[in-house]
Amino acid sequence: MLLSVQKITKQFSVQRSLLGRPTAFVKAVDGVSIDVGAGEIVGVVGESGCGKSTLGRCAIGLYEPTEGAVFWDGLDIQKISEAKKKSIRRKFQMVFQNPYASLNPRQKIGDILREPLEVHGLLESSKRSGFVKELLDQVGLSKEDVDKYPHEFSGGQRQRIGLARAMACQPDLIVLDEPVSSLDVSVQASVLNLLSHMNRHRGIAYLFISHDLQVVGYLSQRLLVMYLGQVVEAGGTDEVLGNPRHPYTKVLLAASEGKGVKIEGEPPNPAQAPSGCPFHPRCAFAEERCRKERQPLLGNENGRKVACWKWDQL
Amino acid sequence: MTALSILHLLPTPPMEMTEGKVYFHGKDLGLLSETEWQGLRGPQIGMVFQEPTSSLNPVIPVGDQITEVLRTHTHLSDGEINSKIVSLLGEVGLPDPPRIMRQYPHQLSGGMCQRVMIAMAVACGPALLIADEPTTALDVTVQTQILDLLFRMTEEHRLSVLFITHNLKIVRGHADRVAILYLGLVVEEGAPDAIFDHPQHPYTEGLLAALPEVSQKGKDLFNITGTVPTPYEALHGCAFANRCPRVEERCRLENPKLDELTKGHKARCFYPSKR
Ligand SMILES: Nc1ncnc2c1ncn2[C@@H]1O[C@H](COP(=O)(O)OP(=O)(O)OP(=O)(O)O)[C@@H](O)[C@H]1O
Ligand SMILES: [Mg+2]
Repeated sequence: MLLSVQKITKQFSVQRSLLGRPTAFVKAVDGVSIDVGAGEIVGVVGESGCGKSTLGRCAIGLYEPTEGAVFWDGLDIQKISEAKKKSIRRKFQMVFQNPYASLNPRQKIGDILREPLEVHGLLESSKRSGFVKELLDQVGLSKEDVDKYPHEFSGGQRQRIGLARAMACQPDLIVLDEPVSSLDVSVQASVLNLLSHMNRHRGIAYLFISHDLQVVGYLSQRLLVMYLGQVVEAGGTDEVLGNPRHPYTKVLLAASEGKGVKIEGEPPNPAQAPSGCPFHPRCAFAEERCRKERQPLLGNENGRKVACWKWDQL
Repeated sequence: MTALSILHLLPTPPMEMTEGKVYFHGKDLGLLSETEWQGLRGPQIGMVFQEPTSSLNPVIPVGDQITEVLRTHTHLSDGEINSKIVSLLGEVGLPDPPRIMRQYPHQLSGGMCQRVMIAMAVACGPALLIADEPTTALDVTVQTQILDLLFRMTEEHRLSVLFITHNLKIVRGHADRVAILYLGLVVEEGAPDAIFDHPQHPYTEGLLAALPEVSQKGKDLFNITGTVPTPYEALHGCAFANRCPRVEERCRLENPKLDELTKGHKARCFYPSKR
């Protein structure tokens, strides 16, 4: 398995006592597992604050999980040596949620794209400039753009620069954190087409994070639905969207199709997670048991999983 | 921008309605004085905007903000105003209205602020509600709640709604009529089913084909090429010509008019798809 995230939990301290000891915690990610095989696209959906970015950052080794483990090519990234980690690091890249904040404003685009080549010692130095221009061409930017600064580009173009930077490392997998959310419909279509081409022609795998179920559904072969740090449903995209079992997935799906749906209450505050099933305070079907106890994620042999006591009744 | 200019909320200069007229109940709004405007906004025309938290005054409790509106535009006594607000806040689904009234906007979530905005917009019983991207800044599940509320309120209060959005799917489910704007011009107008099933203008077609959908998996999405010319660029011919897949010589020279193609369905194009 290219990427394997096993039962990870990531906790942040959000309040400290006078002595600096943490007194309140947020479980941003709570016992989540994901596998992504070579050339595969796996989607993650869920509302703002449910832990998608945190999960992505753990998967790419930017955050150390509080519990659980992350494996790259079967290697536990917390146990391998720094030297070994450095050698496989370039194969696992991330494109960040905010294209404005993730590029150094004082660096020219050409330098931004050449940097990973230097860091990872890719290509002979004489060939790097040519390669950078090729990259720009591939993401639909112009070769002349190498001398420009990030502020000279639109949001969609900066998103492409982020993508070109990730691709410069010749990765096996890219974590894409909301890569199209800030783009208008036609720019979004061109970035999605580009991603889909890179996946088909170069076999780059993606962990594709978005709050938009239609976007995730369009691109991914498998998907996970997250709520309040936990996976509530997972499986093949067609099966999950064709026959959603968790009440929350049903709500997300209907909303993404522009249909009116009944859902009560406000999105939850992760610092005050409810008892039992995390969705019960907003669930139209919740009963006594749901308030007390959480149904663990049940799965069948096809990787179809759901965490709801009433999954077979609804 | 259209809503803001209709409502006289854009500074004039630089913004000014230079051509055309806006009528409300047969009255030419262009001829109204600023005080006459004040008399319309609120009591007759309600508004809900994109950023609920920034449309409310951050330093005044929300109850006082609604009180202010009712005091200016109605003759209700303080007691009546109070009970009216309690019932309005209840109607928009806020729990414990007396407590909510004392809260400041920052103490409420985005969805709750938008509920307060809706309560305020319908408080004086307007005939028209202008909703400008009222759910874009909100979470998916909250979006559906707010839409549901908005359309229920407009039905119950028998309001007309001008709903401005980039989300085509919401439009299809709720609107009686749809106008597609490109660069400040209506390029297509009609019933939602006509527009979505038989789009006539290439821009509308492009918008619909560019939407990613689960059912489109494995296919490339249509991509409207080129960039939007700025509104200030002097344009000859059709505004969409530089991006249009069907462009002909004529499109670059002449301005197409908004023609009625079938009953109630209009498009601004020399070569509509006629399907
Ligand atoms: N560095 C941090 N310190 C403290 N809390 C954090 C930190 N990063 C994230 N959180 C909290 O963890 C939870 C999950 O955040 P995360 O950014 O992963 O959500 P998300 O699903 O990516 O949301 P969005 O859709 O808004 O991007 C939130 O409650 C957030 O406030
Ligand atoms: Mg995020």
